[in-house]
Amino acid sequence: MPQIGTLARVSTYWAVAAAAFRQYSTYRLATAAGVFTNSVFGLIRASILFAAITTAGGELSGYTIAQAATYVWLGQALLAPIEAFGTREVSQRVHQGDVAIDLLRPISFLGLYYAQKLGRSAFLLLGRGIPPMLIGALLTGLALPEDPWSYPLGMLSLLLAITVAFLADMLVNLTAFWLLETRGLTVVYTALMNLLSGLLIPIVWFPDWLLAIARATPFPSMLQTPIDTLSGRIPPLEALPLLGVQLGWIALLALAASAMLRAGVRSVEVQGG
Amino acid sequence: MSPAVPPPQPLDAASPAADPAVALTGVRRDYVVRAPVAGSRRRRRQVVRAVDALSLRIGHGETVGFVGANGAGKSTTIKMMTGILQPTAGALRILGHDPVPERRALARRIGVVFGQRSQLWWDLPLRESYRILGTMHRLTDRQREARLERLVDGLELGGFLSRPVRQLSLGQRMRGEVAAALLHSPELVVLDEPTIGLDMVSKEGLRRFLREDRAERGTTLFLTTHDMGDVERLCERIVVVDSGAVAYDGPLESFRQRLGAPRELIVDLEEPASELSLPGAARTLAVDAGGIRHRIAFSGDALTVPALLTAINQQVEVRDLSLREPAIEDLVRQISARNRRGGTA
Repeated sequence: MPQIGTLARVSTYWAVAAAAFRQYSTYRLATAAGVFTNSVFGLIRASILFAAITTAGGELSGYTIAQAATYVWLGQALLAPIEAFGTREVSQRVHQGDVAIDLLRPISFLGLYYAQKLGRSAFLLLGRGIPPMLIGALLTGLALPEDPWSYPLGMLSLLLAITVAFLADMLVNLTAFWLLETRGLTVVYTALMNLLSGLLIPIVWFPDWLLAIARATPFPSMLQTPIDTLSGRIPPLEALPLLGVQLGWIALLALAASAMLRAGVRSVEVQGG
Repeated sequence: MSPAVPPPQPLDAASPAADPAVALTGVRRDYVVRAPVAGSRRRRRQVVRAVDALSLRIGHGETVGFVGANGAGKSTTIKMMTGILQPTAGALRILGHDPVPERRALARRIGVVFGQRSQLWWDLPLRESYRILGTMHRLTDRQREARLERLVDGLELGGFLSRPVRQLSLGQRMRGEVAAALLHSPELVVLDEPTIGLDMVSKEGLRRFLREDRAERGTTLFLTTHDMGDVERLCERIVVVDSGAVAYDGPLESFRQRLGAPRELIVDLEEPASELSLPGAARTLAVDAGGIRHRIAFSGDALTVPALLTAINQQVEVRDLSLREPAIEDLVRQISARNRRGGTA
């Protein structure tokens, strides 16, 4: 009975995701500290953008003050759930040999970590995403989308963005099967991510050549796309192709991640006693 | 077998009942290491053979202690048996599965404890780990609760089931790990250093439950350890590995006898006496405490304890006695040394 099998599988990943959600919800102080930091940096970023837009005469490449504020606060809210600064859990588990435990679970390795990521992201969205948004709404105001379709489409785009970020981060982590030290790679990855995802400034403000480079990478799919879709700066109909791009990156990165995992497990020793 | 526990999966064509639980044939595993070369910035590629032409067959329901010095290839063998490491050469068949390609299918039928690693959810109450593992192994709530009841009872987990794993003591956590590995009633239980770092009481409790559970379910048990107490209390068969190959394989009892390992009898006498006259297979090691305590070494297969005691009782009156068994660790060392000296080239 394949239906029961599928149901059991879904309930397994659901249980893993729920556990990750609860696990993260135990770190209350870290959450509060994260909200505070996100909000302070949001204010700093907003002030810089406001100054630039005012200097440019009230609008800069399609961004008004209110749109820039929305862009900043959505960005601050999504930083934590997409884990823009990368994770180190998988690479550490590979280096310490704990990956053996993950491989001995009777479920898919990438599925296990994806479920954990979704559970974690759900908590981070509620615990660390919403509060800076509220603070931003109070302090600088936000531009709300005109078309109600922007909300469901934006949420879908966010889910896809989390998936893209998960897979790209997994690729970096899986290099631990071959590299004894992955920190250097993480630093490079984080720098590229911060610049090309549209975290520092909207990518449409880039010079053409840099914009072209950014669009050839999965990074805008992690942040710029969900922000634009959710804020309604890009109307729903025009956002659809961007979601298609996100899906394309997911397919490509998922293939790469599973190929890398297979190669890693087969050819390289699992470290430690 | 408890009625709530599902019977082992029906034997499919790949695993006829006559198959052994574990079959390793000429298994080899090389590691490539890059060693720095003195006076050069280059590193030299070097092949280290961790396991070399290892063959082993274990029947269903057997209990095997897999012992050897550090670096003898024990952990590498376990990793290949569980499918997380690809052998360089040779064939493995575990419960009818080829471990690496069928890793996940195999994971449903085996239970593994790595003494130095945790498979529990660190920040959550212990009970939560079992709920998640239950769904992973597709147990119904009823199956899980029935099995868990037995495990909680046997491993005495009741006192800390609702405590986060990170707050548990080492002994508590290890019992929790064993329960996690046994939750899905695996047919083959693989324990890698299960009692490492535990005190005597915790060790004994753990061993007692492993024996009980095996008696109830007829599990096959495969165990690596540095603690010879584990082998003596849990295993009927011992396999000694040395430099990646089997150095000894046979019943635990004949392992001791084959080495002619002297056992030691210590008797305290009512009255002081000088050295006793003993049967040929025994000799006095020392006479202490002014002639009260006699330490006597004898060979286990040539002389039984009652026969030796009868001989002593004919000469003097014994007040107290104790028997010291040879430590298997010493025996393993002897085997390794003998093999090296023998050089069976």
